[in-house]
Amino acid sequence: MAYEMNFQPVLSRAPELIEGTIATIELSAKSIVVGLAVGLVVALGRHDGPRAVRTLATVYIEMFRNTPLLVQLFLLFFGLPFLGLRLSADEAAVIAISLNLGAYSAEIFRAGLAAISKTQVEAALALGLSKLQAMRHVVLIPALKVIYPALTGQLTLTVLGTSIASAISASELTLAGARIESSTFRSLETFLVLAAIYIAITIAFRILYALVGRLLFRRKVPPPSMRAASAFDKKEARA
Amino acid sequence: MSTALHIEGLKKYFGAHEVLKGVDLEVASGDVIAVIGRSGSGKSTMLRCINGLEPFQQGRIRIAGHVLGEGPQNLRVLRTEVGMVFQSYNLFPHLTVAENITLAPRVVRKLPRARHDELVDKVLSRVGLLDKKHAYPDELSGGQQQRVAIARSLAMEPRVMLFDEVTSALDPELTGEVLKAIQELAETGMTMVLVTHEMGFARQVATKTVFMHHGRVWESGPSEEIFGNPQTDELRAFIEPNLK
Ligand SMILES: Nc1ncnc2c1ncn2[C@@H]1O[C@H](COP(=O)(O)OP(=O)(O)O)[C@@H](O)[C@H]1O
Ligand SMILES: [Mg+2]
Repeated sequence: MAYEMNFQPVLSRAPELIEGTIATIELSAKSIVVGLAVGLVVALGRHDGPRAVRTLATVYIEMFRNTPLLVQLFLLFFGLPFLGLRLSADEAAVIAISLNLGAYSAEIFRAGLAAISKTQVEAALALGLSKLQAMRHVVLIPALKVIYPALTGQLTLTVLGTSIASAISASELTLAGARIESSTFRSLETFLVLAAIYIAITIAFRILYALVGRLLFRRKVPPPSMRAASAFDKKEARA
Repeated sequence: MSTALHIEGLKKYFGAHEVLKGVDLEVASGDVIAVIGRSGSGKSTMLRCINGLEPFQQGRIRIAGHVLGEGPQNLRVLRTEVGMVFQSYNLFPHLTVAENITLAPRVVRKLPRARHDELVDKVLSRVGLLDKKHAYPDELSGGQQQRVAIARSLAMEPRVMLFDEVTSALDPELTGEVLKAIQELAETGMTMVLVTHEMGFARQVATKTVFMHHGRVWESGPSEEIFGNPQTDELRAFIEPNLK
């Protein structure tokens, strides 16, 4: 007997799905902002900091890249109360996912920093810029440009990874789905709908990355090929 | 003439390797000094010590009223008084020519935006590239990029300019335009130290030439004498094949 799909029971729970979607977007956005800030600072410290800072950065990166996100989440949520620090599920989720992204993005940022030659920094220093000013004005944008595809790939993994937060009942989409599934028993339909929503979310984020990329790497003049063409047009117009 | 740059007993080690073995050099304001010598003789290292890109272990460098000694110190003020142009141009690829030029004046000197155009025009006209203001570095030839690098340095109004083999990465047909820009700069009275393999240019433009050998100033003097009447075997061996 063929299974007859019925999405009605799942779709009738739209308010919960929408709420979950919004929560997932919120959790992702917070984690991305905090995680990238952490990653950038750690990468700078590891790239150019004093020895102690470099060691600390390395330990952090290795710890978070060599343990499962789920275990990191459990440690923060179930472990920290034993040290007297009680976090809400939502707080624990943001912090764990941010620290996880921080470690991965630090490695990506570091590859970018390494890709920009030392002579670029020296040229900036020779002009009187401080190391920090050289980083900000000379290294950052070209370095970001080099690693942008790798970075946005990581961000997609992070967005999808937020579903793990359902394990500590933080508010997000997968938890909403699990609740719907357990009361409707429509497992196939529920998770198909969830998958579709996740696809929509990652596509929306990707569009955002592309827009940010355009803003960061914009050129204020048309590329040479176009300019050559317009110069040619002008010549023709005059003739 | 007042002294623009005075180097005394400069010693520099890379690990155990002694690269500068006590360099002495005096440059008067308005002097154009050519530094010649074999690859590995320490020419670049000397220039990099002068603007603090390399720390050194012994000696003293006095430049534009600042004293550089051993150990860490505030180099930023000094660096704004010393311009440096590199072999590999080192323009910033994500910035236009105008933005390359105004970056340091804007960030370091806090030059108001209203005065950027004026500054860009002034320094670009000195290297003959006014029409390239809005181009990106990768739209320029090597020679043009190097002239922009010179203009970018000039924008900080340095009192001394250092050039490290600035034509070595260029195709022969492009070296001329860069040398011309440097010569015109020399004629304005800019104090310059230029490491170069262009013997003819050194002889013609430099008031004084310094021959470095094994980390020392082996021989120095007025360019005419250095090229016309070398005193040491090492200098003769170095310039003869070059002069043919
Ligand atoms: N960063 C460095 N680390 C170690 N050795 C170096 C470094 N830079 C230069 N050297 C060494 O110092 C010597 C002088 O180099 P350099 O000043 O570049 O010579 P030149 O510019 O006259 O060709 C060479 O033996 C070179 O190998
Ligand atoms: Mg050299």
